[in-house]
Amino acid sequence: MSNRFKSRYDDDINLFEGRWHMAQYAILAALLLAAPWVLGNYYLGELTAVLVWSLAGLGLMLISGHTGQVSLGHAAFMAIGAFTNLALMQRGWHFLPALLASAVTSGVAGAVIARPILRMSGIYLGIATLALSIIVEDVSIMAEPVTGGVAGVFAPPISLFGMEIDRYATPEAFYYLCLGVLVLVTLGYLNLLRSASGRSFLAVRDSEVSARALGVNVARAKTLAFSLSCAITGLAGALYAHLAQAVNYESFLVLISITLLLQVVIGGLGSVHGAFFGAIVVVLLPQVIAIASDYLDNTAGIQIAAYPGLDTALFALLILLMVIYEPRGLYGVWFKVRTWLQLFPLYRKGMFRRTRTYLKTERQR
Amino acid sequence: MDILQLLVSGVANGCIYGLLALGFVLIYKASEAVNFAQGDMMMLGAFLGITFINAEYADLPFLIGITLAALILGIFGYLLDRLVLRAIFGQPQFAMVILTIALGFLLRFAAGVIWGHDPASLQTPFVGKVWEFGELIIPVVDALIITTTVALTSILYFFFARTRLGVAMQASSQNQMAAYYMGIPVKRINAIVWALSGVVAAIAGVMFAAKGAVEPSVGLLFGIKAFAAAVIGGLGSLPGALLGGLLVGIVEPFAGRYLPSGVGQIAPYVLMLLVLILRPGGLFAQISQKKV
Repeated sequence: MSNRFKSRYDDDINLFEGRWHMAQYAILAALLLAAPWVLGNYYLGELTAVLVWSLAGLGLMLISGHTGQVSLGHAAFMAIGAFTNLALMQRGWHFLPALLASAVTSGVAGAVIARPILRMSGIYLGIATLALSIIVEDVSIMAEPVTGGVAGVFAPPISLFGMEIDRYATPEAFYYLCLGVLVLVTLGYLNLLRSASGRSFLAVRDSEVSARALGVNVARAKTLAFSLSCAITGLAGALYAHLAQAVNYESFLVLISITLLLQVVIGGLGSVHGAFFGAIVVVLLPQVIAIASDYLDNTAGIQIAAYPGLDTALFALLILLMVIYEPRGLYGVWFKVRTWLQLFPLYRKGMFRRTRTYLKTERQR
Repeated sequence: MDILQLLVSGVANGCIYGLLALGFVLIYKASEAVNFAQGDMMMLGAFLGITFINAEYADLPFLIGITLAALILGIFGYLLDRLVLRAIFGQPQFAMVILTIALGFLLRFAAGVIWGHDPASLQTPFVGKVWEFGELIIPVVDALIITTTVALTSILYFFFARTRLGVAMQASSQNQMAAYYMGIPVKRINAIVWALSGVVAAIAGVMFAAKGAVEPSVGLLFGIKAFAAAVIGGLGSLPGALLGGLLVGIVEPFAGRYLPSGVGQIAPYVLMLLVLILRPGGLFAQISQKKV
């Protein structure tokens, strides 16, 4: 572990803490750029799915992890983004303006409903957003001219800078497209978090009362956070539509909203890493189970494929254990491992012991 | 007459929502936790009822069957709190939300493995029997559901308002630490209330199975609707839960009848959003804003 002395105020908010930290991310970037040469088409598709769900997770992380407002309805905004993008592209728009339009539409939709909905807090907000997700699900069946009704819409091929990008014909181009969008959004997100607005989000999360006392406009901060969060999720929805090639109301069921929240929780609420960790688990867990099931079938003759929904159940079990033993999610695990490595051999056992807490009532807030 | 008939079926449906909402409110009232698996516990109760009462399984009389189902789900609720939920005692409300969502997934999976995914329904002694008042037809099942719900709500209401245990439960939710200092065994109280909500869920489940078909995934959407009912009432008020349930139950058939198709399904949620936007803490709100 190297000692770093902060000599300027900027050192506190630098994106990278020194050269070694920067080098780590350079290695990660190199690995991600090299992925199409290493992975086959199938696993490249899975990796692209990880990127898309990370983007959706980032969106939810902004409002739930960093502003402290639980949303159980973010699939609704994925739907808005996806349907906007596809509807505009079918009417002859190019991909990039349509992508921006889907971010703007979901962002505006988020801003419009944020004011009334964010007057609620805690569990009331959760159930209200859940209801929103169900309503959007039904509306996307009814709004047939835009959403294609029950049948849904197919994604037209993307042409970008004279290149044809298609998820199946040119998977590596689509992968780079998703990677590019994700990197841009992540950088924007990190910058937002170290700006005054981002700090006010964190203040609202930690204590609304003290944030207000310090002069934060709580209503404005919440609305801004919700709207930005919806815009990011809308982007993810648009990319998801091109990844899945066809979307209908079933692509954005209320169950997806719930899974998205669980994804963020399993990754670790309140950390940017968490959105990525969660997406990796959500996308790759079914793969791991499929591989394990093949293996068990071939070696021991146990057929776990006979139980439908096993992947969801295992995912739920993982969540259960996570909430009980590691409330900060996979990020918490990673953080502990990193601290152990950095402090080696000085790590002490009780370092992360949780203090005893009592439930604080939410009726007085 | 048409309207009256819709009203009767709406009230009967609403009572089942209300019964389930009672389960939410019970737990919220005693520990300020929100049980997202309540709908799935109801589903378990329904399957237990079917197992005990239906002729192809245990073939027990209706009353004994419902008692057994309530007993088993009560014990289940108690053990759930002792073995799983106690591990996160004192953590923020949100942890419990996530935990119970995960529990719901697990219960659904378990029910699918045990009872399969085909819809099943309960064979009751009064299936198909109706009372006729002129043109108005009241199925006996509906009458039974309405009486049970009203009775249960009033019993629970007096339990919370009058008995020592009920008041202790309210105290432990309003300020957990202070309740400890006053000598209330908060953890035991939590376990008792989870058992109680298991009993209520079993009764709701048997009533649900007497009226319609049950399958493992039924708990999710039904639970959300009942939750909407509890929230309309203001989570934490027992009569509010019943009122919310009735509102949701009545709005549904009327919206389905008189509004364009598709709107009927989302009507309960729109109603809930409207109530919450106008009164962010529900009709009988218990939330108050701290002044700065």
